Amino acid sequence: MSQPLDSDALSYGRRIMDALRLDPVLFSLLLILASFGSLVLYSASGADIGAVMRQVSRIVMAMLLLVAIANVPLRVIRKFSIWLYIGGVAMLIAVMFFGEVGKGAQRWLNLGFIRFQPSEILKLAVPMIVAAYLANRVLPVGLKELVVSAVLVAVPVLLIARQPDLGTASLVGSAGFFVLFLAGVRWRVMISLGILLSAMAPLLWKFALHDYQRTRILTLLNPESDPLGSGYHIIQSKIAIGSGGIYGKGWLNGTQSQLDFIPERSTDFIFSVFGEEFGFFGSVVLLILYLVIIFRGLYIAAHSSENFGRLLAGALSLTFFVYLFVNTGMVTGMLPVVGVPLPLISYGGTSMVTLMMGFGLIMSIRSAKRYLG
Amino acid sequence: MLKREQLKDDYLENRLIRRRLKLAAVFTVLLLSLVLGRLYVLQVLEHEHFSTLSDSNRIRIKALPPTRGLIFDRNGVVMADNLPAYRLEIVREQVQDLDATLQQLRQYVEFSDQDLKRFKQSLSRRRPFESIPLRLNLNDQEVARLAVNLHQFEGVEINARLTRNYPNGEHAVHALGYVSRIDERDLSRVSEVDYAGTTHIGKLGLEKFYEKDLHGEVGIQQVEVNARGRTLRVLSETPPVQGNNLHLTIDSRLQKVAEQAFAEYSGAAVAIDPNNGEILALVSMPVFDPNLFVNGISYDNYYALRDSHRRPLFNRALSGQYPPGSTTKPFYALLGLESAVSTKEHKVFCIGYYKLPNEERRYRDWKKRGHGRMNLHDAVTQSCDVYFYDLAYRLGIDRMSKFMAKFGFGVKTGVDSTGERNGLLPSREWKRGHDGMPWFPGETLITGIGQGAFLVTPLQLANSTAAFASRGVRYRPHLVQSIEKIPDYNRIDAISQIVERYPMQREKNWQHVHEAMINVVHGLRGTAHYSIGRKIPYKVAGKTGTAQVFEIAQDAEYEEENVIERLRDHALFISYAPADNPRIAVAVIVENGGHGSSVAAPIARQIMDAYLLEKS
Repeated sequence: MSQPLDSDALSYGRRIMDALRLDPVLFSLLLILASFGSLVLYSASGADIGAVMRQVSRIVMAMLLLVAIANVPLRVIRKFSIWLYIGGVAMLIAVMFFGEVGKGAQRWLNLGFIRFQPSEILKLAVPMIVAAYLANRVLPVGLKELVVSAVLVAVPVLLIARQPDLGTASLVGSAGFFVLFLAGVRWRVMISLGILLSAMAPLLWKFALHDYQRTRILTLLNPESDPLGSGYHIIQSKIAIGSGGIYGKGWLNGTQSQLDFIPERSTDFIFSVFGEEFGFFGSVVLLILYLVIIFRGLYIAAHSSENFGRLLAGALSLTFFVYLFVNTGMVTGMLPVVGVPLPLISYGGTSMVTLMMGFGLIMSIRSAKRYLG
Repeated sequence: MLKREQLKDDYLENRLIRRRLKLAAVFTVLLLSLVLGRLYVLQVLEHEHFSTLSDSNRIRIKALPPTRGLIFDRNGVVMADNLPAYRLEIVREQVQDLDATLQQLRQYVEFSDQDLKRFKQSLSRRRPFESIPLRLNLNDQEVARLAVNLHQFEGVEINARLTRNYPNGEHAVHALGYVSRIDERDLSRVSEVDYAGTTHIGKLGLEKFYEKDLHGEVGIQQVEVNARGRTLRVLSETPPVQGNNLHLTIDSRLQKVAEQAFAEYSGAAVAIDPNNGEILALVSMPVFDPNLFVNGISYDNYYALRDSHRRPLFNRALSGQYPPGSTTKPFYALLGLESAVSTKEHKVFCIGYYKLPNEERRYRDWKKRGHGRMNLHDAVTQSCDVYFYDLAYRLGIDRMSKFMAKFGFGVKTGVDSTGERNGLLPSREWKRGHDGMPWFPGETLITGIGQGAFLVTPLQLANSTAAFASRGVRYRPHLVQSIEKIPDYNRIDAISQIVERYPMQREKNWQHVHEAMINVVHGLRGTAHYSIGRKIPYKVAGKTGTAQVFEIAQDAEYEEENVIERLRDHALFISYAPADNPRIAVAVIVENGGHGSSVAAPIARQIMDAYLLEKS
């Protein structure tokens, strides 16, 4: 009885998404993830319905932006890349001089009506400009293209790193790198760069890192050495996740989380709350959900009709993966504590908006192919 | 370019990108498996272990704030110590309904909206189960009332904590500065870990400048708590290390004499040992009680201090800028001789005013009828303006500003405290940068008697006087003689740094001005003879000064009696003694004190008497 009705509803939803030029698979997955994230946030924030409402309104706003961008024709986006990049870099330079300081770093730009981090723009602008630049060139990339792209990536990355914001700098850097990787930088080039970088590591350690950043890396190796600082975060986070067991303690029942042992539990460490309450089983489901989103992004990239779309969609999906990997690696004590949120679940508007805009781009890439013919 | 374009093969390129995409997909799966593996280890294999840890997660880490270093004067008198004071503290995690608890607590103890605001701020950045102070400095009655009723309140504690105390109250407050509750701005300057548990931080003066030394090192305590979070026992402890003690160059006794000498006047006095730059007294009047700020000053008290027209919060000694007036004359006299523009014998006839060759304007002498025929010696002792107008005219501004800079005018002294200002040494470059106007000859004359744009801080003036006393050797003045390192109590002495050494052309030149300054006090016609020069048991070299007050228009709102007082000139006096082997150099500025000789000189004499005669 209800069978035809359901499929009617489904096809109805599908028609709406088509009309809005959205990818039904990707959009539904994002919707599921964000709604589920709000539930986790409700628990992590100590049943603070106000925080959840704020987050939901951010999700709605970010989704509207996604829909808007999905409807911008790809060639317009491609032309716009250079201006977004120039504007973004200009604002990063402005931040150096007029930026507002928060928590010891100069990241915020206040335009009167809105206060934001220009470094977020570069998370999109860098892969866009590199993809736009390489799209017309012969692939695999030659030496000249490699050098130009490297400069395009390095300028904003260095500006962001000296704010200092290593988390964002590495995200922007990897977004740029992924475009180059997909554009077929030769293996020997990548391997020699890798060797060069690891040879330079001791120098970077000595001169490029701030004291607190060194402390965080050392803390990873020996959490007990800094029990008042970030070592405490790692110890408590591991206890929370480990005590969750296979099936978890249940929603709102995580003792570690509810008793406030986990610091930053609604932002960067929200996965600890999730792990404690939903267990290994829940974690596997969540990671698979993320993986499907990433694979769908890669699929759209592979089926795009032009290089710009292929490179950009691929790089954005892989950057999304970096968020996930760095965050989960951090809360499980595999990677040092850097400020990277769990994508689409952590409390906070900045990353939510940037990520959704990225998916907006991916959807525009998808429609470009469909509507071209 | 065109050739490469032709080589573009979309099919091949698409294949390349697809190959790379597939590779990336494999990588993501591999890396996510790594995360899954890690989760498997934590949640399945080691679940037992973490589960036990979680159940018995009753071990909490508490930060033990260090005791702040003590401050002593040069003779070991305590200037700042720490006293146990009772605080009402709350552990948020143990309180069911915070608002209701606060409401109930109001029955037993008062706390202001300000206390509440600070409490909420600290609350938002606490570490778990940290107790947050709601009220500081409870008196005995409050403690008794609370103690009796404490059993009703879960998570409310009365704790005795060592709190900064200034045993001498307002004494030397502008030298010491004070500590107060840490706020957001302070937190951005210090490490959160080092200041875990610390509630106060140096906000001004020495307390701020030497914050790193005074603060000490945070301790860590591992304690076992029961299910409700109450501490059962201490498992391990790394005790905090007390902050380093400061031994000052200030002589508390001298400081007190100087403060009392001001009586009801506002102003500043600074005494420096010219042999090493040690600051013996640093006075700014009026003063205020720094203890008010330690325990959270009430808005009423704060506004009363801030809005008082006598401005007690303003540190005049370091931040006050005054025209130096005639106290600059000995320096210009020395320059005149050193540059051979003037000689001992050269005379100027003073008729009560001076005129530039092509100008109608009269530059007046303070003595209407004039001083008559003046040589350099008499011009200093009697403070003849006309002589110095003439000297300035012949020296020219460039030579003057270059020379005065060598004695420290117009630059910060580099004292080890906060809030020091530059003063202002007028020069051609400054004028151009200031309003883009060229320098006018008339301004040279005005600068030649220490007026016009010329500004000094009292500390600067004392330091320049000390540099003059030691024949051109200028030290960095300092307030801390030694830092006593805790825990081994090693004293590390501050090094007396020479900032600049003026190369004297002829020692005799200095000697000549020096003798004129002695006659300012000891000569019968000296401007300070009548006020301090009689029956003085040691030899003093000095110079009086009077500075015109220009600020009347801005302060026009004040009631009449204040306006009249404010119209009066500032009185200045600089001196060093014993003249032949100087051990102390003093600068005194008395706001609206009238002439330098009548008000400022007696204050300087009392300071010198206290230091030279009664030294125990």
